[in-house]
Amino acid sequence: MREMFTKSMARNIYYGGSLFFILLFLALTFDTHRAWPERDNRQAITEQVAEGKRLWEENNCIGCHTLLGEGAYFAPELGNAYKRFGENKEALKIFIRTRPVDGIPGRRSMPQFNFTEAQLDALAEFLKYVSGINTENWPPNVQG
Amino acid sequence: MEYQTQAIARPYFIAAIGLFVGQVIFGLIMGLQYVIGDFLFPEIPFNIARMVHTNLLIVWLLFGFMGAAYYLVPEESGRELHAPWLARLMFWVFLLAGALTVIGYLAMPYARLAELTGNHIFPTMGREFLEQPTITKVGIVVVALAFLYSIGMTVLSGRKTVINTVLLTGLVGLALMFLFAFYNPDNLAKDKYYWWWVVHLWVEGVWELILAAILAFVLIKTTGVDREVIEKWVYVIVAMVLISGLIGTGHHYYWIGVPAYWQWWGSIFSALEPIPFFLMTLFAFNTINRRRRDHPNKATVLWAMGTAVMAFLGAGVWGFMHTLAPVNYYTHGTQLTAAHGHMAFYGAYAMVVMTIISYAIPILRGQEAKSNRMQVMEMWSFWLMTVSMVFITLFLTGAGIVQTYLQRYTDAPQTFMVVQEKVALFYWMREVSGLVFLFGLILFIASFWPERVRQEQPLEPQTA
Ligand code: HEC
Ligand code: HEM
Ligand code: HEM
Ligand SMILES: [Fe+2]
Repeated sequence: MREMFTKSMARNIYYGGSLFFILLFLALTFDTHRAWPERDNRQAITEQVAEGKRLWEENNCIGCHTLLGEGAYFAPELGNAYKRFGENKEALKIFIRTRPVDGIPGRRSMPQFNFTEAQLDALAEFLKYVSGINTENWPPNVQG
Repeated sequence: MEYQTQAIARPYFIAAIGLFVGQVIFGLIMGLQYVIGDFLFPEIPFNIARMVHTNLLIVWLLFGFMGAAYYLVPEESGRELHAPWLARLMFWVFLLAGALTVIGYLAMPYARLAELTGNHIFPTMGREFLEQPTITKVGIVVVALAFLYSIGMTVLSGRKTVINTVLLTGLVGLALMFLFAFYNPDNLAKDKYYWWWVVHLWVEGVWELILAAILAFVLIKTTGVDREVIEKWVYVIVAMVLISGLIGTGHHYYWIGVPAYWQWWGSIFSALEPIPFFLMTLFAFNTINRRRRDHPNKATVLWAMGTAVMAFLGAGVWGFMHTLAPVNYYTHGTQLTAAHGHMAFYGAYAMVVMTIISYAIPILRGQEAKSNRMQVMEMWSFWLMTVSMVFITLFLTGAGIVQTYLQRYTDAPQTFMVVQEKVALFYWMREVSGLVFLFGLILFIASFWPERVRQEQPLEPQTA
């Protein structure tokens, strides 16, 4: 970096470049909002799904699992759990309901949350809704 | 120390390192749970340990950044800190809020904590890294505003150096982006889209400005190289950060229900993200080679060089490895992500905080540098931590490659749990490296313990 490239040129690139890319990012965000309705499975978001999302959050499921590939890597991906369980909500509910309180000896264990039937329904509905989001065919196969 | 108020940095640094120890201990607990699945179950389930691990990380880095700002802003501005009482008060507020939150995580089921803190009124909890109760999040905003007030007033009424402006921009950005933590729509795609405005735009955006400013400050002080030259470098680095990193957010938008064009935008721009990290490495080595003085604090110079190299490796190289959409399709959310997350956070942010601590603590004690013996100990801690973090990263990378292949790539994919058992050996080795890391960290603390008899003096005579 010799004299031809001065500090004030560098500063202008910093301010100009940042401003330009902030605006571009906002424009892309705007377009994403426009495109969302066909992709984000919003028609499936019912009261029950919203309740399921709240339960998902308030029990910190993301602290062990990934959801659409984001979260923790300790336990199976759940974005496609509904599909892995043969699109069977009842099977999902049974799995969550039957976790032993003291865990499974030697095996990574999932807590027993003592959910009510209605709460289990909400969680299963939430997982069903997530599996309907257009993820560009991710994950590559049903194992997640 | 030129200004009395710089001393406010000291408790911030001490708290940072204390919390760092806690973070690593919980990392080691999780590391064991990875291989002995029911370890501490159900007392400390994995998710709780993870929250403590990652939240302590963020909080101690924030303590580190605040300490760094309180130390360097008065010196750069050429005046005492504005409203020092506020800075002293906020230290205790932040520490208390942090401690209460961690106690809350450990003392009761998370759902109970959510209930107690009224999460249903304003739900923000239960998302990765943003697990804190809403009330804690409000506390963080209050602390950030008070901090920005003190620092902002000092900068605005003092000498405006490039380091100060870039640092302040980074800190304001940090506070601003955090506000998206309060946005939590029922629509998962939207939730995720804006969640990354906090997480990505922090570590690959505004935090990099803070990183560049702290590094530049330490380099000026330890090498005596002309400010003009350094400032030009800083501008070029931060320009590249934002030019690549803003649209680079797209590398998290491949598979979460947003338009497919993000695969192009994200791949292309995030492929440029290693450039600012590479420039930082060039900058550090260039400056040190052209030094006008040999600063007696050799350990600090080692930390500064180490930060530049490890940030490039962890963020630049390990980030690039999985950033292109066709690769990320297979590696998304595997141990490769964890490998990258560890080396990047350590190499860039943990190390830059240790760099400024290494530089500032002796000066806050009225010495220019520690005794030779203590510096040697500190350099040992540098190598122990850094080399064990390289090994942690390599073992997780090994686990990640095998996982990706067996679970995602082969014609006969196996289930998650089966694959995890097959890579257990990597996790055991990661745990052993983690123990070495903890030992290195303890040595770091020991090297700052006040010496009882100070026979030795700093190596070189002092030059101004
Ligand atoms: C402490 C960690 C932990 C937490 C928290 C946790 N899980 Fe799990 N979960 C696991 C583990 C480990 C397994 C794999 C169990 C096995 O295979 O034995 C699992 C498996 C599952 C499965 C079956 C996945 C499959 O493909 O086999 C579902 C569904 C599930 N969890 C849902 C949830 C929900 C919903 C929550 C939040 C209410 C949750 N989990 C919270 C650890 C956790
Ligand atoms: C030294 C011993 C350490 C061990 C054994 C350890 C272990 C772990 C484990 C098991 C996880 C959870 C991974 C998962 O979700 O399944 C984790 C997450 C994480 N740790 Fe550590 N850790 C250690 C040190 C550190 C250090 C020093 C840092 C940074 C300075 C760090 C930063 C992180 C980050 C950022 C995450 C979240 C990663 C992600 O979401 O991809 N850890 N750690
Ligand atoms: C110091 C800077 C950086 C830090 C601290 C950092 C940290 C992290 C962390 C913690 C995650 C995991 C997030 C999660 O839990 O979901 C992550 C993901 C990711 N990072 Fe970085 N990163 C940095 C820089 C970079 C750079 C420069 C690149 C690209 C060149 C990059 C590419 C990625 C990608 C592609 C992912 C997503 C991985 C996945 O799909 O699972 N990162 N980063
Ligand atoms: Fe990113």
